[in-house]
Amino acid sequence: MSRYKPPEQSKAGQIFDIVVVVVAIFVALWLPLKLGLAGAAKSIDALDTKTWEALGQNATMASIWEKLGYTPETAHDIIRNRFHYVIDWPTLIIMAAVLIGYFVFLFRASDREYREVINEKFDDK
Amino acid sequence: MTITLEPVIHGDRVSLLRVLGPAHVWALGVGIVLVGEFTGWNFAADKGGALAALIVCWLVGLLYTSVAMIDSEVTSTVAAAGGQYAQAKHIVGPLMAFNVALFLVFAYTMLEVSDAILLGDTIVAKAGVEGLTHNSFIAATIVVLAWLNYRGVLMTLNVNFVITAIAYISIVILFFSVSPWTQGAVLKLNELVTPDNALPYGWIGVIAAFQFGIWYYLGIEGTTQAAEEVRSPARSLPYGTMAGMITLLIAAAMTWYVCASMMPWEYLGITYYPLWDAGKLTGSPLLENLLFIATLLAALASANGCINDAARAWFSLGRDRYLPTWFSAVHPKYRTPYRSILFLLPIALAFAFIADLNQAITFSILSGVLQYTFMSINIVMFRKKWPLGSIRRGYTHPFHPLPAIVLFCLCVVTFFAIFLGFGSQLIAMVAFYFLISLWFHFYRYKFVRRGDQFTMPWPKPQGY
Repeated sequence: MSRYKPPEQSKAGQIFDIVVVVVAIFVALWLPLKLGLAGAAKSIDALDTKTWEALGQNATMASIWEKLGYTPETAHDIIRNRFHYVIDWPTLIIMAAVLIGYFVFLFRASDREYREVINEKFDDK
Repeated sequence: MTITLEPVIHGDRVSLLRVLGPAHVWALGVGIVLVGEFTGWNFAADKGGALAALIVCWLVGLLYTSVAMIDSEVTSTVAAAGGQYAQAKHIVGPLMAFNVALFLVFAYTMLEVSDAILLGDTIVAKAGVEGLTHNSFIAATIVVLAWLNYRGVLMTLNVNFVITAIAYISIVILFFSVSPWTQGAVLKLNELVTPDNALPYGWIGVIAAFQFGIWYYLGIEGTTQAAEEVRSPARSLPYGTMAGMITLLIAAAMTWYVCASMMPWEYLGITYYPLWDAGKLTGSPLLENLLFIATLLAALASANGCINDAARAWFSLGRDRYLPTWFSAVHPKYRTPYRSILFLLPIALAFAFIADLNQAITFSILSGVLQYTFMSINIVMFRKKWPLGSIRRGYTHPFHPLPAIVLFCLCVVTFFAIFLGFGSQLIAMVAFYFLISLWFHFYRYKFVRRGDQFTMPWPKPQGY
């Protein structure tokens, strides 16, 4: 098998590729933040009565909250800010499909490239 | 400094220095991870309650024990900078290697960002000065540590060894200072973790808690990045990694026990400084100040190790032409991948200013779990392509394929855990990896030399 000779990349081409990678990194990490896709899906289940008892805190817990500088009013939004674990099946199926599709593509495309590597490496010998 | 873009010829390149021993490997691994005890793990309590945080401490410990076992075998055999990247390149293929390097760079860079945010916030909280922001502390941390990494790996990891050891000892001191053998005096576990609140969301909360349970140990696999710089990879890497894992399991158990016995789970789940808070709640100024300093040191050690690892993964991509070869330069005097260090510096700075702590942690965790999923499949392919006896292995892990199966199953559970609360972020990140993979496979790969990528002196893999 003849050895594959990659084209020489120009300086401009190298700079362009660096820019592409930087932009891709920022889009991947910054866009979810900008679009509000990052972060926890939590919401506050507000209570009308804001006492340690109503917030489900026993005497020991209440004393620690107070030691940390909280009152029932200021602790309310922390204690009542909860996750709501409702499984959204369509989103779960999309997530599973995206993940499986990604890994299948990775392994299949990698295998095609890997065969070229192995053929060239071991056919030289 | 003059920047040039001349292609670098592999054989003429200045190589990395082989100066590290097992203690440095331990310092690199534990140094990156120990910050997880000082912040991050406790968000597992937020997602599932205090007991869920303990359950995932053990189960995720199992996940990472599998990671350490698998990693020790593969890395002691494929001893090259880039760690899992070099493994993927030799065992699965170039596209997978490209992705694994990106997993590493993102996991470590966002972990570095998390560390810098933690350090800045901790100082601001301690100062208690109105109007003081964390920005200058974040910038100083990232820039100074990048400079340290630029100057040399031995000095970097010597510093890490010292500050990691101090941070670790502080956890041990706190543990024994609160009379762990006695309940009721300082520790009040029975009154804080009750049958009513131990699992506030039930068992689904335990599964959800896996996401931040990863933070107990995330980064221990970074030991492999030093593969080209350790004097004896076959000995130092397994020894340093396993010792690091044992160290972390002990620290995680002590941390959970003290914190869950001193704070209500709702507070534990949202605080940025669980161990520092525990120090404060003892009422001892000495312990409070010790844990404050230890939190800073743990964040510094972690960020330091992350810069080291992310730069080496990026450097490896340049060396193999997966990215422009400009990144593959080694500093002629300090023998460090200095261009990669400098390139990643502004990226870390930018995200430290636009992301908050748990978002940065989630970015890091996502990339980590994608990497562990790869590792579980990678070890099976490694054993299949080069069965035992066909090549010389520095270390052979026992019970194969059980660790791989355990790791894969726990990764699936963790993906589901991330879906519970952070699903949109997961889909966005995977979509990015998919698109950048298309870019690599259909465009960038044409610049890569084929046979030159396989550098190990192994026979042809079975099945090819």
